[in-house]
Amino acid sequence: MTRLLDRTFWGLTLGLFALLLLNFLLEEWMRSIGLQSLSRGCVAIGLLVLWRTGLVSFGHALFFGFGAYTVAMLQIIGINDIILLLIGGMATAGGLALVLGFLLRQYRAIFFALLNMAFSMILYGVLAKVESLGSTDGIGISQVTFFGFTASSEAYRPTLFVFAAIFAYIAAVGSHWYLKSTLGLMTMAVRENEIRVEYLGYSAEKAIHIKYVLSGVLAGVGGVIMALTVGHVDPDSMVYWTVSGDFVFITILAGTGNVGATFIGALVYELLRTYAFEFAPEIWQLILGGALLLIIMFLPDGLWSLRSEWRSRRALAAARSGKTEKGEAGQ
Amino acid sequence: MDLELLLVILVDGLVYSSYLFLVAVGLTVIFGVQKVLNVTHGAFYSFGAYLTAFLLGLWINDAEGSAWKLLALSLAIILIGSVFLGVVLGVLIERGLLKFLYNRDEHIVVLATFAGFLVLEDVILLIWGTDPYLAFRPLELMGSSDITGLIFDNYTFTMIGLSFLVALVLWYGLNRTQFGKVLLAVIFDREVSMAMGINVTKIFLITFIIGTFLGALGGAYHAPIISVQPGIGVEVIVLAFAVVVIGGMGSIPGALIGAIVVGLSRAAAVHLYPELELFVIYAIMALVLIFRPEGLFAPIHARKI
Repeated sequence: MTRLLDRTFWGLTLGLFALLLLNFLLEEWMRSIGLQSLSRGCVAIGLLVLWRTGLVSFGHALFFGFGAYTVAMLQIIGINDIILLLIGGMATAGGLALVLGFLLRQYRAIFFALLNMAFSMILYGVLAKVESLGSTDGIGISQVTFFGFTASSEAYRPTLFVFAAIFAYIAAVGSHWYLKSTLGLMTMAVRENEIRVEYLGYSAEKAIHIKYVLSGVLAGVGGVIMALTVGHVDPDSMVYWTVSGDFVFITILAGTGNVGATFIGALVYELLRTYAFEFAPEIWQLILGGALLLIIMFLPDGLWSLRSEWRSRRALAAARSGKTEKGEAGQ
Repeated sequence: MDLELLLVILVDGLVYSSYLFLVAVGLTVIFGVQKVLNVTHGAFYSFGAYLTAFLLGLWINDAEGSAWKLLALSLAIILIGSVFLGVVLGVLIERGLLKFLYNRDEHIVVLATFAGFLVLEDVILLIWGTDPYLAFRPLELMGSSDITGLIFDNYTFTMIGLSFLVALVLWYGLNRTQFGKVLLAVIFDREVSMAMGINVTKIFLITFIIGTFLGALGGAYHAPIISVQPGIGVEVIVLAFAVVVIGGMGSIPGALIGAIVVGLSRAAAVHLYPELELFVIYAIMALVLIFRPEGLFAPIHARKI
């Protein structure tokens, strides 16, 4: 059991408590940024999980949008509790991933990425035409209840934030434990040499399939949080291919070293986007694109590489000082 | 189904196909040689469309003169503008961005071109603003024809001609010239051709310029038909992806077939089941990926272990 309670776990737990405390201090616009970061962070964890196998999906908005639209559809039939909506979103996104996984697990590299994109664009094409779900205008999401309780209007957003933080926490810790498990570690072996994994007696396709379902569920959670945060779902901001591009952006920004870093990446992305849009509305895409290029060029492993670089510098410094001490002792 | 409807679908589909081919062929050329799925291609298209619409608005829209003179001038603007953009943007992106990424993971390269696309889209907004540009004078000058009661602009038919011309020139250049042979060698094995003394860096740059030119040409030739406004590149690039994937990435005949498949099926959907318009394109893309992942016309690869 102690193996599971490692530094990342404690870091995430600390992060959760920090968020719950911050909740009392945050202004509403900050809380919105926080909620969106939590949502996109969940999707980016899903991408990270895939990335560890060397697979990149350019279509994860499919599951994100599916989760978000599930909220809308469940509300239409009268289900309005956050837990039921979450379970619904996870189930539909996960179910879709399970079905598509039978196909996608056979694909690698750019074909995997593009087939995902094709499926997400199919969903986009469908949602943009379905009148009962508002076609391109989308559909509004009404306020939800929390375990049957209705929050007062000023307590609604903070309560939503608490729930979103807990969902994201569970998603992150679960994913972290999965990645540390034998099953999770083996998928890294799949990236290195798939044929060898097969020779060792495990099905690489099965490992990828499990991974794909997990990442679909995570994207579904992100979609549910986003739908509740924005209070509105529409195809252009939920399912279009640029949305998938943004998720990959966050994954690269954060780096694939650690689950916790993903939320930091999502937050940085959200802040970058908000401030760029606020102060330079004509060139906000330019700023985002420029930031992404800088990261790709100078921080190949994302923000997480700042940490490892700092560590190696410290190690180097320690080694140097150790050497001089020895040298002095020798004299 | 009656024959007239079939004819309309055919004409409409072929026009749309030629438009798709013009846009997608540059993408496939670049992918074939450099193995880069170039998202910035969407911005090349927008740049071509904007520059053309702007210049046509400046010199042609209110100009006096015979129709032939104005048409020749418009064509010159389209061509020279695209060559100019091809050289400027091609060199900028290849030398300034892709050069540093050839050894990186292919997903990273796609994302870097996505970033380049975002940057270029805003550069377009900075240059030309958010107002739409209209430049349909060439369209008016060429007049229109009546096919079974539906009016088609003659300009759109010249687009079909241009597509075949581009396909022919590319085929000839690739299979009947020395540069083409060298290019094929680079496509087949980059390292061996390097060892044989081929300047691969130069070849890459030239191919990228050609690809960029084709993207800009697609936008430039399309400019008189559409309202040139922000967001046209975003839509085009994902369509071009579909075309290229259906035909087989890196194959020029593949891009032609892919464009025809997508163009005809979209036209059929628009006239028969309008609500399926977008759905059908990506459904075909998914189906092709499922049954022939390498595309309908993929070049055969030896498997490297």
